Amino acid sequence: MEKRVVFNERWLPLLLLLPQLCITTVFFFIPAGEALYQSLFRQDAFGMSMEFAGLDNFKVLFTDPSYLTAFRTTAVFSVGVTLLGLSTALTLAWFADRLIRGKTMVRTIIVWPYAIAPAIAGVLWMFLFNPSLGLVSHWLKVMGVNWNYLLNGTQALMLVTGIAAWKQISYNFLFFLAGLQSIPKALLEAAAIDGARSWKRFWTIVFPLLTPTTFFLLIINMIYSFFDTFAIIDAVTQGGPGKSTEILVYKVYNDGFKGLDIGGSAAQSVILMAVVIVLTIIQFRHVERRVSY
Amino acid sequence: MVEQNRLLDVLTWVVLIAGIALVGFPIYVTFVASTLTADQVMQAPMTMIPGSHLVDNYRIALLHGVGESAIPVGRMLFNSLMLALGISLGKISVSILSAFAVVYFRFPFRKIAFWMIFVTLMLPVEVRIMPTYKVVSDLGLINTRGGMILPIIASATATFLFRQMFLTVPEELAEAARVDGARPMQFFRHILLPLSMTTIAALFVIQFIYGWNQYLWPLLITTDHNLTPIVVGVTQMISRSGDAATAWNLVMATVILAMIPPAFVVMLMQRWFVKGLIETEK
Repeated sequence: MEKRVVFNERWLPLLLLLPQLCITTVFFFIPAGEALYQSLFRQDAFGMSMEFAGLDNFKVLFTDPSYLTAFRTTAVFSVGVTLLGLSTALTLAWFADRLIRGKTMVRTIIVWPYAIAPAIAGVLWMFLFNPSLGLVSHWLKVMGVNWNYLLNGTQALMLVTGIAAWKQISYNFLFFLAGLQSIPKALLEAAAIDGARSWKRFWTIVFPLLTPTTFFLLIINMIYSFFDTFAIIDAVTQGGPGKSTEILVYKVYNDGFKGLDIGGSAAQSVILMAVVIVLTIIQFRHVERRVSY
Repeated sequence: MVEQNRLLDVLTWVVLIAGIALVGFPIYVTFVASTLTADQVMQAPMTMIPGSHLVDNYRIALLHGVGESAIPVGRMLFNSLMLALGISLGKISVSILSAFAVVYFRFPFRKIAFWMIFVTLMLPVEVRIMPTYKVVSDLGLINTRGGMILPIIASATATFLFRQMFLTVPEELAEAARVDGARPMQFFRHILLPLSMTTIAALFVIQFIYGWNQYLWPLLITTDHNLTPIVVGVTQMISRSGDAATAWNLVMATVILAMIPPAFVVMLMQRWFVKGLIETEK
């Protein structure tokens, strides 16, 4: 889409663009280029010598069991976060949409986690699930569950998945509620007259009509669980116990800043960039398609 | 409502109350913990009734700080406010200008400029932390507010939203302004800016929260504790060596303090925020 009416100036537009272009070049293009460049070299820990390595860094990564483990952890984590977050939010939104009064009040409360920082959300839940003094851990112990996420990797992964999904419920909820409100009531009434009960109406009318919203949220939640969850992991488990909650972003940070493996960390960054670019392209193509119908 | 269904009505309230509890319960427990003494918090299971140390705990946290580094939380709140305002206002002003240039002008290299900006939509700072850190340190911006804010502004999300909004502005407005002899900046100031107010308000809320909630980048950039924002500061108060070493009641008071400003902004501007979020991000 383009404007028909435009101003004919030569220098003004460049001047207007200058701040953004400068910031983008310095803090985006140079670092991103550097990551690409470094990913092709091997560097010693002191940064004294660099040696061209071609695609060796990538080859090393994909034969490194700890990287493949991080990949698997990320897959389990992001699928878990997305499914849990979307299904909880959709359930809440569907019921909230049924309300005649109190809708705004319910929305105001459910929106709250949106304002809470991932790190803070991590601390909130970590306190409840703390093995020795947490309230929920106490209840779990009463029920006979041996809860200790500091020692048990599966429990740790479940905990961070739950926290990450919890944090994302409000965002998903807002979009689902808006999506539900835009479904024409006449459709549902017609189906009801034809004898479809609410459960059936949901799966045959509501859910299909929500597909665009769901798809959009699917991508957003995937990207969220890949990157924005860093703070949750760092606050709650720091990748542990062992490496059981080390997702890819956390590994980039660990290997780069703690392990000082510059080339390896850069190669990991490049792979992550590729993943996000693919996700974004999928989303853009989808948006374009939706505009046309 | 499509039909009457008593059972479903009951179920609706059961589900929604469960949802509200899911959101409210951790926050309530945190609040209770922030009103107790350290010993009371350590007794598992902790009481669910607020205690009497509310004022004391918050006063100690705000004025004296918690844990090893012990910077007053008041100071951290100020740092967070600077970070959130820097990111939100910086991003909005940089973006609105470049969106104006891209939509309303034809000039050489326009396509290139457009792509240079929009390719950043895809890549959050997390994926390029190492090299960005190096650039920032080469520029001598470690331990400065600029170093904390600028790399996060380098993203086109806001530019993209402004562009989408400008494209919906009727052509006639620009045409009329031009016929009346308005200079481009006059058109921007007197017509485009007032029309963008809702978008600006929505973006402000979204970016303020985004800025307030930043974690990884400030964590790397600030070794000077005087610049630590509260979100980073809270996690540093928790001792990794054992629960006895953590003053949980004070940590929880800090958590509550960290949640209030962004929650306040969302509540205050909920109408614009919800509208802006849903209309612009789709």
